[in-house]
Amino acid sequence: MKRFFARALAATACCLGLTLAAGPALAQKGLDEPFQAQFKAALAGKTVAYIPVSMNFDLTEGWFAGVKKELEPYGMKVIVRDPNWSTNAGAQALTTLISEKPAAIIVHNPDVQTYARLMQRAEAAGIHIIQINMGSVYRSSAFVGANWIEIGERDTEAVVKACEGKSNKIAIMQGALSAAASAYTLKGVENVLAKHPQIKVVSSQAADWDAAKAKGIAQTVLKQHPDLCGIVGFWDGMDIGTAAAIKEAGLTGKVFLATSGGGERKGACELVKNGSFDLNLSYDVPTQAADMAGMIKWLLSAGVKPGSVKGSIYTTLVPITKANASVESTCWNLSDLKK
Amino acid sequence: MKLGRVSQQGIVFAIFLAMFAGFAFFLHGFATTANMLALLQNVAVLGILGLGMAIVVIGRGVDLSLIATLAVPPGLVLQMVQDGSSLSLALTAALLLSIAFGLVNGWLIAYAEVPALFTTLATGLFLAGLGQALLFKLDVVQWSAGLAGFEKLGQGVVLGIPMPIIVFALACVVIGLLLTRTRVGAYIYAIGDNPFGARTTGIPVRPTIVLQYVLAALIGCLAGLVMAASVNSMPTRIYNSTWIYDVILVVVLGGIGLSGGRGGVLNVVIGTLLIGTLLNGMTIMDISYSAQNLIKGMVLLAAVIADSFLNPRNEETAQQGDI
Repeated sequence: MKRFFARALAATACCLGLTLAAGPALAQKGLDEPFQAQFKAALAGKTVAYIPVSMNFDLTEGWFAGVKKELEPYGMKVIVRDPNWSTNAGAQALTTLISEKPAAIIVHNPDVQTYARLMQRAEAAGIHIIQINMGSVYRSSAFVGANWIEIGERDTEAVVKACEGKSNKIAIMQGALSAAASAYTLKGVENVLAKHPQIKVVSSQAADWDAAKAKGIAQTVLKQHPDLCGIVGFWDGMDIGTAAAIKEAGLTGKVFLATSGGGERKGACELVKNGSFDLNLSYDVPTQAADMAGMIKWLLSAGVKPGSVKGSIYTTLVPITKANASVESTCWNLSDLKK
Repeated sequence: MKLGRVSQQGIVFAIFLAMFAGFAFFLHGFATTANMLALLQNVAVLGILGLGMAIVVIGRGVDLSLIATLAVPPGLVLQMVQDGSSLSLALTAALLLSIAFGLVNGWLIAYAEVPALFTTLATGLFLAGLGQALLFKLDVVQWSAGLAGFEKLGQGVVLGIPMPIIVFALACVVIGLLLTRTRVGAYIYAIGDNPFGARTTGIPVRPTIVLQYVLAALIGCLAGLVMAASVNSMPTRIYNSTWIYDVILVVVLGGIGLSGGRGGVLNVVIGTLLIGTLLNGMTIMDISYSAQNLIKGMVLLAAVIADSFLNPRNEETAQQGDI
């Protein structure tokens, strides 16, 4: 009898033990992920300031909308200071922001020099600096943007290829002389031309990012050289004018026009579709916005000391041609990004 | 003719002829019909704007808001059509906006007696800001399908002549007739020459000044429409450019003195031709941007210096001063 009791006791204890052990599984209790709270705390309530060269154009509006979309759900505030094409106003905005101490500032440089020292000061003051598309001589925590040399090279390669068996005469439509983006792109053009001595550059002029000026220059050049086989343009917003000159001369399809831009539907895909541009290298703005937001998330959650790391995210270019211009995902709509 | 009587217009015309002959002789491909048309087409919009500025300057004013009227009302046309309005409705809206803007300018200058320089500087900023903040979604307003056919205004060709040149020529004729054949034209010269004398003789000075600014705004709008049709978009950011100086340059270089009351359409044409020839020749020669600026500056300086040697300041300018 005693043994029976002992056995029953053991069995009960065993069952009880099993029940206890199985308890958590049966009650479906959650497991705390140890890192997310820290991530959320690192972001919540922080401010990201944004200084473009100017709002109101596809690139800068797109970056702003994209960054907001990514960061605001985490309780971050994204503010903009619009210098409206004034380098002075931009420098002032940056100076004021340093004393306001946001967590990060996104800077779109008008040139390579002006903001360099201010950005250094900002990082010393504990503010992360993300530079977008147009870098400065000062490398900050992160640069996100197009590789202009690559753009110049790829656009020129396409033009050189289109010129095979033709006159080999090309023209170059530069942006503004003071802009680094324009100078870097020109370097890329030169790199390719050095490999192709048969190509003759009949005109290389700066059109100041201005469509009307670009049209005037292209018109004159096309009148002088109707057998021109290609034009390397430096920005689609300006090369709308170059394209208009080609169209007016009745040379659409005969003069290959390669350009680059942010890939907004009306400014890029639509114009490739109607034959204005033959190649438009897009540095897809929504991807750039997501890259910037990603950098900010990483820098803040890692608790990196501003200025202690420096790296780049060069944007993977999307070549837009007739082949993919009609594909929905090739370009983006500003109105959709703002939704 | 005595050397002392050579007018600025004559000097600029001589420079233009010399340059033109030089280019025609030395520059292969300059003196062709196709290139001449390209030359004119490239400066047609500038020339149209020059006409608007001329009306105001002859009446002893200045209109710095001209580029804003070039950018904003035509930009509005493109934006409204893009948003689904009909072309005629959009054009009407742009026209009304231009007239209203001209009226405000004119009222402030004629009745409130604010100096034209400050008035138009401020109202131009206001109009450009209004466009950026409220009217346009983006800085560059793109062409849309609803405008099909309208691009003829900038890209069409009639009898082998590009449309912008025809519009410029027509504008020259209309403004020329207005200035030389109508009473209003005579009033404008009288006011420019001596506003107080004009008032004493019973000329409706204030309404005429208002009219000048309304005309300038309408001409600005016309130039903008030609430009937009020509490049298939309206880069409204053009307001931030230094274009207004080019316009003043065309007018002053052509020989319309900033002290008012002198000059006419011919001066604008000469000024425009000079700038056009200079730009065209330098583009053909593929001269670098910085060198182009240098040459432009030197030619202008030469014209101004020659003028001040040949036409020394007289009693009148000594008293009123130049602008």
